[in-house]
Amino acid sequence: MRESPRYRIAIHAAAILVSLIFLLPFAWLVIASLASQSDLLKIPLSFIPSHLSFSRYSQIFSAQSGTIFANFRASLFNSLIVATATVAISITVGVFGAYAFARLRFRGQRASLLLFLSTYMVPPIALVIPLYLIMVKLHLLNTRIGLIIVYCTFATPFVLWIMGNYFQTIPRELEDAARIDGCSRIGALFRVILPLARPGLLSTMLFAFLIAWDEFLYALIFTSTTAAKTIPVAIAEFTGRYTTDFGLQAAGGILAAIPPVLIAVVFQRYIVGGLASGAVKG
Amino acid sequence: MKPEHTQGPEPSHTRRRFITAGAGTVAGLYLAACGGSSSSKSSSSTSASSSSAASASTGQKVTLNNLFQQQAGYSAQDLAGMTAAFEKANPNIKVNNTLVAYEALHDKIVAAAPAGTYDVVLGDCIWPAEFGSKKIVADISDRVKTLPTSQIFPGALAMADYQGKYYGMPWILDTKYLFANGSMLKKAGVSPAELKTWNGVLGALKKIKSSKVVKYPWLGSWSQAEAVVCDYAQLLGAFGGKFLDSSGKPAFASGGGLQALQFMKAMLDQGLADPASTSSLEADVLKAFAQGRIAMNLNWTFQLAGAKDPKQSRVTKDDVMIMHTPAGSAGGPAPGCNGGQPVMITSGSKNADAAWEFIKFITGQNTQDGYVADSLPIWSASYNDPAVIKGAGKPLVSVAKTQLPDMILRPQVTNYNAASQALQVQIQDALLGKKSPQDALNAAASAFSSSGPPA
Amino acid sequence: MATTATPPTPTVAEGGTSWRARTREGRFALALLAPSIIVVFGIVVYPILKTLYTSLFAVDTPFSGHFPWVGLDNYKFAIEQSDFWSAVLRTAYFTFVSTGFEVVFGIGIALLLYAPLRGRWLFRTIVVLPWALPTIVNGAMWRYFFNAQYGVVNAVLTQLGITSSYHAFLSSPFAALNIVIFADVWKNTSLVAFFLLAGLTTIPRDLYEAARVDGYGRWGAFVHITLPLLRPVLVVVLVLRTIEAFKVFDIIYVMTGGGPANGTQSIAFYTYQRAFSDEYFGYGSALAYLIVLFILGLAIVYIRLLRSDWNQA
Repeated sequence: MRESPRYRIAIHAAAILVSLIFLLPFAWLVIASLASQSDLLKIPLSFIPSHLSFSRYSQIFSAQSGTIFANFRASLFNSLIVATATVAISITVGVFGAYAFARLRFRGQRASLLLFLSTYMVPPIALVIPLYLIMVKLHLLNTRIGLIIVYCTFATPFVLWIMGNYFQTIPRELEDAARIDGCSRIGALFRVILPLARPGLLSTMLFAFLIAWDEFLYALIFTSTTAAKTIPVAIAEFTGRYTTDFGLQAAGGILAAIPPVLIAVVFQRYIVGGLASGAVKG
Repeated sequence: MKPEHTQGPEPSHTRRRFITAGAGTVAGLYLAACGGSSSSKSSSSTSASSSSAASASTGQKVTLNNLFQQQAGYSAQDLAGMTAAFEKANPNIKVNNTLVAYEALHDKIVAAAPAGTYDVVLGDCIWPAEFGSKKIVADISDRVKTLPTSQIFPGALAMADYQGKYYGMPWILDTKYLFANGSMLKKAGVSPAELKTWNGVLGALKKIKSSKVVKYPWLGSWSQAEAVVCDYAQLLGAFGGKFLDSSGKPAFASGGGLQALQFMKAMLDQGLADPASTSSLEADVLKAFAQGRIAMNLNWTFQLAGAKDPKQSRVTKDDVMIMHTPAGSAGGPAPGCNGGQPVMITSGSKNADAAWEFIKFITGQNTQDGYVADSLPIWSASYNDPAVIKGAGKPLVSVAKTQLPDMILRPQVTNYNAASQALQVQIQDALLGKKSPQDALNAAASAFSSSGPPA
Repeated sequence: MATTATPPTPTVAEGGTSWRARTREGRFALALLAPSIIVVFGIVVYPILKTLYTSLFAVDTPFSGHFPWVGLDNYKFAIEQSDFWSAVLRTAYFTFVSTGFEVVFGIGIALLLYAPLRGRWLFRTIVVLPWALPTIVNGAMWRYFFNAQYGVVNAVLTQLGITSSYHAFLSSPFAALNIVIFADVWKNTSLVAFFLLAGLTTIPRDLYEAARVDGYGRWGAFVHITLPLLRPVLVVVLVLRTIEAFKVFDIIYVMTGGGPANGTQSIAFYTYQRAFSDEYFGYGSALAYLIVLFILGLAIVYIRLLRSDWNQA
């Protein structure tokens, strides 16, 4: 299908406009993290700072333990562990459940999927008080395991939902062929379905990762030291402590964003394929 | 790292308990794998308070878990220095300090109370009523009274007091001073003597505005937060108002309380206060002053150092003037808002004796005199000590000496947070012109005396 | 593809599904779902019930103990509060406006993501960026950008001559609420766009060819083919974003703290203040359940829409 030149120009112009809207705030965040304090406070603001320096980043990375900068580094590490473990657990348990929703027929199938999804509708605020007491009783307060367990409760329904729909799009004949060759159902799931569902699997992992990386309220209440504090809490603390240094806040924000942004950029080509079947069927 | 014997069983117990509680399958394996990597480290902070409790009486090592804040008053380094000195003097007591943002401090103390996570917590002067009545922190009157309390500023002691009992020991002592930019005053022909009363300040602001030195000569920290209540309290005190009458009923909707809000509103209406005031906190105000965008403001002590720091300030050192907060009328009262923060012992602490030793140490005159650059001591004698005067600077010590003995406390009510939130919103409604000051304060007063939800 | 094909064929041959085979399949499904059930409900069931229980008592301390039974008084108190209803209305406004913009912009960007652009991978990479930015960072970033004195937004507007002086955007309650919505839309439009892009890729190309033969223009094809076929995805996205928006808390905590003059206090933020700052735990629990009721009400509407699609499938 050949497109008219006018149409081609229009869509490229629109794409550039959208890109600018998304990129300019990022660009200013990067500049602010590198510009000197006096440049940032100058009025009228100069959009090209007089000189750039990486001193704020080295401040964060070279600070001694016990300082807020070192705590920030520890939170980056905690967030990585918590988000990765949440992805690992929710994907592992979710893949089996998703297979059940996709391939088996059982009573209460739709209702149970809705029940899973409805846990996501309950605001964290409703659960944080009694959950705190559970955390205390199980000695999980201020631990990464505690956060991982909590995060899995809302990441897993997502996995069930998206992966289940993805599995449905994989032709049944392929699985049947494998079973005729002597595979068990589980064997076929691992040998046939999962390899074919890799794009969907990867995009679901990204979803789960971003959900866990982003979570704030539970982490705020359940963690208090570098043993478990995650990045959103550290960022909130950081901006509270350095209200006067926008540049430092920007540097902290950029560091907090780098891991999920890198993962999202690497995965983005799979997201499309994965979502394509995951989202459509609701 | 020396693993203590008492901590050994904790993590594995936790792990086993979770696994048997449910996930016998793959989930369990995953959790177990995660547990191995993280629980050994993290449990030291959560389980230490209970594990060390038993050893307190036997002269073995005791571990204190304390909660402090990241910002304001003593810095993290100051606290680390005090703690190191304390541990050196008390080899049997180990101290773990956790620092959180001030905004999270209250919620953390409340959430941790049933678990007894912390021994010593940093409080705020508005919390003794709430924490004391709900038994979140312990009544330590008997311990405080063993100290020479007559040598402590009365206003400082008041920050830990609720209905005659001490629920903490004063540590950080602060109040809001009037700051002014000397060369801006000079440009507009204002003499510092005019700034002794609020009417004088108003006149000075008008002169500065009309001589076009700056567009908005004043910036208030009037954001929806405690900040606006502090500024309001200081004005209320100056105009002779009271938060509560002698029977504990709200009394701020008339007299000085009403005048205070009308004054704030007038500053905005006449273009003297920046409209950004209603979204500004103290740090924003400091920055505006340090950048030479405003001529005057009220702020805590930290503005003095901040405005003189060439790294964050464009104002020359000599232009930074710190003054006694203005009075409502010449020669009238001019109290500063009490911004003190006491240290408290939680009611769940099993190491109360060790906790008190720690508190006594960090609030002691010797310790406080050593860290005067960030916060002034609670001990009145310190203010005549040449070393303290040199360390904190003469301008600050001389104004502090007259203002610290005269402070106004925000109301000591058990539902302070709810009441204060109502007051903040009503003050903002008035400042934004949505209500008259009278209507706003009437509404706030009824929120003070309302009984609240069933719970 | 998914909307038109995949009939619900059972795994084994249709006629052979005996009662016994079905029970076996049910048991197998339960076994497969067991880990998910444990992971999700093992932890959540107790808090859900405990919160319901707490909401019926006058609980004003975090400690456990015996508290006076007040029945539904906490709920009654809530619906008598004008504060409560203002927060609900504000949250409804936030939900409606932010979700609306996200869906409208999301459709446009999805179409662009799908269009034959040069360097399409680069464009897709750029669009994914805001979605990956943590909400807390996003909130702090826009608070800084809209700062009354040093914010880049003020600088841009005045230097372009659009405004004559700096504005204290976040000082006016309604403007602040709209700025929070702006920040939310900026971040979450990407998510919506990618969901919708996924939907677009499943629409068979030959449908568009057919539409062209029938004489539809670009707009006609969009209205008669794209939108109807996107409906299932749109419903999914609407459900997701509506739930999220009605629970909004983080971005408000960071950007405005509920101010000025409670102008940005969402219902979740109101609940947080009552439960944690004021220590009205019973009341806070009742509020939480009222939020669940509101979300359920909205969700039921969407789920009705969802179900019609399921029945086709």
